[in-house]
Amino acid sequence: MTTDLDPGVRPVIGTGLRLQYEPAQSAHVLLYPEGMVKLNGTAGAILERCDGARTVTEIVHDLERTYGASGLMKDVSAFLAYALEKHWVELRA
Amino acid sequence: MSAAPEAAAPAARTAGPPLWLLLELTYRCPLHCVFCYNPTEFARAGPELATADWLRVLDEARALGAVQLGLSGGEPLVREDLEEIVAHAHGLGFYINLITSGIGMTEARIAALKSAGLDHIQLSFQDSTREMNDFLSSTRTFELKSKVAGLIRDHGYPMVLNVVLHRHNIDHVGEILAMAERMGAQYVELANTQYYGWAWLNRDELLPSRAQLERAEAVTQEFRARVGTGMKVYFVVPDYFETRPKPCMSGLGSVFLAVAPDGTAMPCHAARMLPGLELPNVRESPVRSIWYDSQAFNRFRGQAWMKEPCRSCPEREKDFGGCRCQAYLLTGDADNADPVCSLSPHHHLVTEAVARAEAAAGVQRTPGEQVLTFRDHRTSIPVRIRTPRATE
Repeated sequence: MTTDLDPGVRPVIGTGLRLQYEPAQSAHVLLYPEGMVKLNGTAGAILERCDGARTVTEIVHDLERTYGASGLMKDVSAFLAYALEKHWVELRA
Repeated sequence: MSAAPEAAAPAARTAGPPLWLLLELTYRCPLHCVFCYNPTEFARAGPELATADWLRVLDEARALGAVQLGLSGGEPLVREDLEEIVAHAHGLGFYINLITSGIGMTEARIAALKSAGLDHIQLSFQDSTREMNDFLSSTRTFELKSKVAGLIRDHGYPMVLNVVLHRHNIDHVGEILAMAERMGAQYVELANTQYYGWAWLNRDELLPSRAQLERAEAVTQEFRARVGTGMKVYFVVPDYFETRPKPCMSGLGSVFLAVAPDGTAMPCHAARMLPGLELPNVRESPVRSIWYDSQAFNRFRGQAWMKEPCRSCPEREKDFGGCRCQAYLLTGDADNADPVCSLSPHHHLVTEAVARAEAAAGVQRTPGEQVLTFRDHRTSIPVRIRTPRATE
């Protein structure tokens, strides 16, 4: 599952999927045909930044700034590898 | 849920939002499918909701947290206000899936639907007993479906094909998959018929034999191995061949809310048949009180309604006793365990139906012999429950 992700790639939400915040569930959800994934706070914060413009490195820096944390690369990268496997995100060069 | 009155059942207060909204916009349909799940008495339903009613239902459901929206029917493209309904739903933040036969889809309409914010299209092969012949022989219907499939692809939608399987077409799964491949389908759902509505009426003519089912699964496996990741094929086994029931709707009143063309709100799209269910209408009640307070939506919440063997079964948390409609249709009591379950004292009703199908599948019929009832206004009748027959 944790295939190493090139920190220079730019992840974007997968085709046909939609990420949005649902107040009724107090969570980000990922919507796809006939289904929905309710995301925890961390997953929501990462996927929210997958706009196809930012690289993984930039996403990590942004998260570290926002949450006053450091050393997030390993966890973020592992989650994105999982998300990639699930087709939640696609990669742009 | 502060708006819930004191009188509401305890289950109502713990109910989550109706995350999944299905609007059956119309019962009108150009097709006459023998396996349609629409109620057999559909011709008796009252007039269709007006555009403003549908838009209000969307507003109210979205405010409660509904987020997945299915638009079906009948054939939803029959409604000329479909684009307006889609645009409104999109503006509210719904994820919108159109379930269509493709009949009535044009370049102009799909462009309008796309710009209105439609997220997804599921193209179905509906009238397979008649249409499948066309389909397999690449005639008229195939051309229509191909054209619509092309429109779907050209507008950037994934090409999702749904084919309902039954005794009369399941042996053609290989050809169906080959045709789907030529059509450029990315996802194919081979959905065995579920026995409600018209399909229930025709059940004994539609149930495949176990041998047919096994052959079809083997062919599907071979196809998957050959095509690889290029096309995803889902094969949905008919639950009559299972020994545990499906967790129908994750339990009635849990996440799913369907609204019929006449505004009847239902905890499952087949629930109209269930006796003693006081189905509310969106013309008269707000969606909030329908979802949280109505008898119909509270009737099967929680587990208090369950009988044995469900009541003390450790699996009740997993399958919620199965399908209430199937329990009613087969045993005459909606509180019983779904007889698909081998723990049900009525499980023999399912195995006997399968055994009859085995016997009937071998019988050659004279060409043109009318053994199926096609969905039509003329044949529309109230639902019949099946009382166990001693001998056949």
